[in-house]
Amino acid sequence: MYAFTYERPATAADAARLAAAGGKLLAGGQTLLASMKLRLAAPEQLVDLGAIQELKGIRREAGTLTIGAMTRHCEVAESAEVRADIPALADLASHIGDKQVRAMGTIGGSVANNDPAADYPAALMALGATVHTGTRQIKADDFFQGLFATALQDGELITAIGLPIPRRAAYVKFAQPASRFALIGVFVAQQGDGSVRVAVTGGGNGVFRHAGMEAALTRQFTPDAVAGVKTDEAEMSSDLHGSAAYRAHLVGVMTQRAVAQALA
Amino acid sequence: MGATEFAKLPHIGESLKRKEDVRFLTGVGNYTDDIVQAHQKYAVFVRSPHAHAIVKKVDTAAASAMPGVARVFTGADVEGKMGGLPCGWLISNPDGSPMKEPPHPILASKKVRYVGDHVAMVVADTLAQARDAAEAVVVDYEELAPVIDMRTAAKGPALHDEAPDNHCYKWTLGDKAAVDAAFAGAAHVTKLDLTNNRLIPNAMEPRAVNASYNRGTDESVLYVANQNPHVERLLMTAFVLQWPEHKVRVIAPDVGGGFGSKIFLYAEDVAATWAAKQLNCAIKWTAERSESFVSDAHGRDHITHAEMAMDKDGKFLAMRVHTHANLGAYLSTFASSVPTILYGTLLAGQYTAPQIYVEVDGWFTSTAPVDAYRGAGRPEATYVVERLVTRCAWEMGLAQDEIRKRNFITQFPYQTPVALQYDTGDYHACMSDAQKLADVAGFDARRKASEAKGLRRGIGYSSYIEACGLAPSNIAGALGARAGLFEAGEVRVNPTGSVTVFTGSHSHGQGHETTFAQLVAARLGIDPSQVDIVHGDTGRIPFGMGTYGSRSLSVGGTAIMKALDKIEAKAKKIAAHLMEASDADIEFANGEFTVKGTDKKIPFGQVALTAYVPHNYPLDKLEPGLNETAFYDPTNFTYPAGTYICEVEVDPATGVVRVDRFTTVDDFGVIINPMIVEGQVHGGVAQGLGQALMEHGVYDPDSGQLLTGSYSDYTMPRADNFPEFKLGHVCTPCTHNPIGSKGCGEAGAIGSPPAVINAVLDALAPLGVKDLDMPATPYRVWQAIQSAKA
Repeated sequence: MYAFTYERPATAADAARLAAAGGKLLAGGQTLLASMKLRLAAPEQLVDLGAIQELKGIRREAGTLTIGAMTRHCEVAESAEVRADIPALADLASHIGDKQVRAMGTIGGSVANNDPAADYPAALMALGATVHTGTRQIKADDFFQGLFATALQDGELITAIGLPIPRRAAYVKFAQPASRFALIGVFVAQQGDGSVRVAVTGGGNGVFRHAGMEAALTRQFTPDAVAGVKTDEAEMSSDLHGSAAYRAHLVGVMTQRAVAQALA
Repeated sequence: MGATEFAKLPHIGESLKRKEDVRFLTGVGNYTDDIVQAHQKYAVFVRSPHAHAIVKKVDTAAASAMPGVARVFTGADVEGKMGGLPCGWLISNPDGSPMKEPPHPILASKKVRYVGDHVAMVVADTLAQARDAAEAVVVDYEELAPVIDMRTAAKGPALHDEAPDNHCYKWTLGDKAAVDAAFAGAAHVTKLDLTNNRLIPNAMEPRAVNASYNRGTDESVLYVANQNPHVERLLMTAFVLQWPEHKVRVIAPDVGGGFGSKIFLYAEDVAATWAAKQLNCAIKWTAERSESFVSDAHGRDHITHAEMAMDKDGKFLAMRVHTHANLGAYLSTFASSVPTILYGTLLAGQYTAPQIYVEVDGWFTSTAPVDAYRGAGRPEATYVVERLVTRCAWEMGLAQDEIRKRNFITQFPYQTPVALQYDTGDYHACMSDAQKLADVAGFDARRKASEAKGLRRGIGYSSYIEACGLAPSNIAGALGARAGLFEAGEVRVNPTGSVTVFTGSHSHGQGHETTFAQLVAARLGIDPSQVDIVHGDTGRIPFGMGTYGSRSLSVGGTAIMKALDKIEAKAKKIAAHLMEASDADIEFANGEFTVKGTDKKIPFGQVALTAYVPHNYPLDKLEPGLNETAFYDPTNFTYPAGTYICEVEVDPATGVVRVDRFTTVDDFGVIINPMIVEGQVHGGVAQGLGQALMEHGVYDPDSGQLLTGSYSDYTMPRADNFPEFKLGHVCTPCTHNPIGSKGCGEAGAIGSPPAVINAVLDALAPLGVKDLDMPATPYRVWQAIQSAKA
């Protein structure tokens, strides 16, 4: 780790000012701190968002769950509101990383980082979520822009995530054996109007929606409905833990299992 | 005292809680990185980012000028001032010529030969300063093509001038002509190609050193995470630094796991010790985890073709094996012996095949050195034998247990065709106990239940044998060993009757402080709390060989037993004097000396006190004191053996293998502390299952980069990967040591991998899958299923 200065503002406005001046936002630090320890990241200033009360908490209003950006994974996993309204999201949060990661990592931090194998981006995409920042609201479809890239501008701070409550949903993750990140994770959500959104994480360049699966499941929400739906291997990455063909195959298997779980 | 009487003593067979766990579990252990010395500086190594390159220039000017930097040492600084790292075992080619032994420099000066090779050492006041300066060392490399695949290594660029075709040695064992003749007359021949995957050790505590120098006494002290401090000192002083051996004290304090990887003398140990003397200071270095991945000696990495000749009933007639063994870029301390002496000699397994011929080619590649890792040669041999035997069964239409039972050795001692003589064992008992414990009878019902869920279930057997307590020294010497293989023990009875034991064995997780205390307490009739075990310090213990090859109890424990014999003999003389009886009439049991045929008795503690307060004492005939040392050189290996049965459930849609049941029945001979033995089996099986299903050290074939250089890509087994293991034991006491012990530290890692793969193949047989290499990751299993469909 290289030397750096540390700020811990009490308000989102102060944090935004520090970020605009070049400070690096620290939202749990489960990626950033590890990178700094390995000397792969060298911010001159860390702006710790941990003391900002307005960024914390979970509230329900008019068919939407709004989760503060600095709400930790363990809090989402254990929240009575989330478990009642979007149990798939609580389940997802309860399987992120390990207990230590869940005790520190936050939803805002995960979403802003947009790791191509992170779990939360799949939930946001499939649920049709809205990302709230200090200045605007961004649809999940527009927010995630591939490998660690998002619609956030320099210094722009996520304040909360708004998640429409679906009729039913499920997330099924096939863990990469070593890291236990998602080799393929599929979040399936059926909306109140019967339309279905399917988001895939881990497969390639970043979270994406699967049009073929969505069309088939909107017609008929059963595992069999997607049995023949193909996934384009060209969209998938390939490494030690699985070829593009294997990942594409897993998208099908995980989607079927997610549908079965959503119906259970 | 023989093993039968020993096994009946109090505390033998008791699961005493481990004495050492109080400090380990409450955070007051004393590991090398915990040690802080006066005038302590920090070392950081500059390592090669290339797999194979010429070092054209190392520019240390900028780094040397940075804050806090004491010195930056490079290859030029050490060249000519010290030797290279030695190899402890000479292997000879069939024509009698010696293996190629190219230099293994402490810091590379002309060439680097693997990613992680040491190029420079920065010493600075703080760790951060040393790191900053290490980043400022500029090395000009001319990259060369790496040599990664052993099968094409002969055609690759030469890593060493001494080995132009990258070939280190060819080693053979057995009667080739007799084997070929047996194959010619066989009713059936089964052939198998297999790979034993490269493993990276990953001890919980990374390697660490803290070396200091005292100008006043010209003495160096090296704290090091190591399994055998006297071997470390001997190799470092006599072979590398040419320093007086007695001027270096090596201390291996609490060590957090070794698994073989901390047997070896490493460049960092030498560099820090040498530099501490140059700078007249203490130097600390603790490996970062990413350094451990690239620079600890790796394990396994074999490519093998094996064949078995059988008669029409599946009786083994002969076995023929060829193995390519990856030795890495340089010969590590015992690298040469692992794929030869510790491998070829184990190929008889538990079976009566009358003829075996094995040929091994050892290769240099641009990868980290490969050396002993939990099992060291025996897991590789067991994997060959037990995969082959199961394949034989399937080709002959026999059950996995049936073919084993038809070929088990039943008469002991048994001379194998590959040099070993098994002293004792009961392989049928292990098999039948394991089958009962594993509920093999219920397997078919469980298989049907799995199939109803769309899953595949399989069962796999492995009946392993291994050889522990490598010995005797003179025979090993004739086979190329450059070290002795004895162990030393000193028993110091204190005046108040408590006992301090100094052992040459080293505990880095094995629980010696408890097991050895039980042994001594049992012999002397005192409470184990009255016995302390000292190990790991050349300044305190007699010259010992340390811990490797599951030898600590059978060899190190026997040395203590021999010292106890001397203690008992002398104590009897003191007791005889005190009770005015003849030496021959004194008996000792349960901590009391008695005079045969009388009710006279005195306790052990009184004899101890008398030895040190010799007022009423035969000073004219007997020295005061009660302190004895013994060295023990075994007459043979010990031969732990057992049968493991694995049951897996495979999800054909994803390729995921779930181990549903794992059953072990081991014959370790006499067991002192069953809880500690169970822990050893649990750990060994976890590592074996790790090898079979998850772990794989992979280098990129083009760049030579280690692709599995962190826990993001190297899969360590975790508790939730496994079911609760079912353990059983058979006991045929070792016939040639007084404890009757055979060793238990490695068996789990040796016996388990083939059981797993046999089970996976059994599960996938209905899908047409015939072969699968370790590790059976989900991806590989899925690929195998797809290939079988195609």
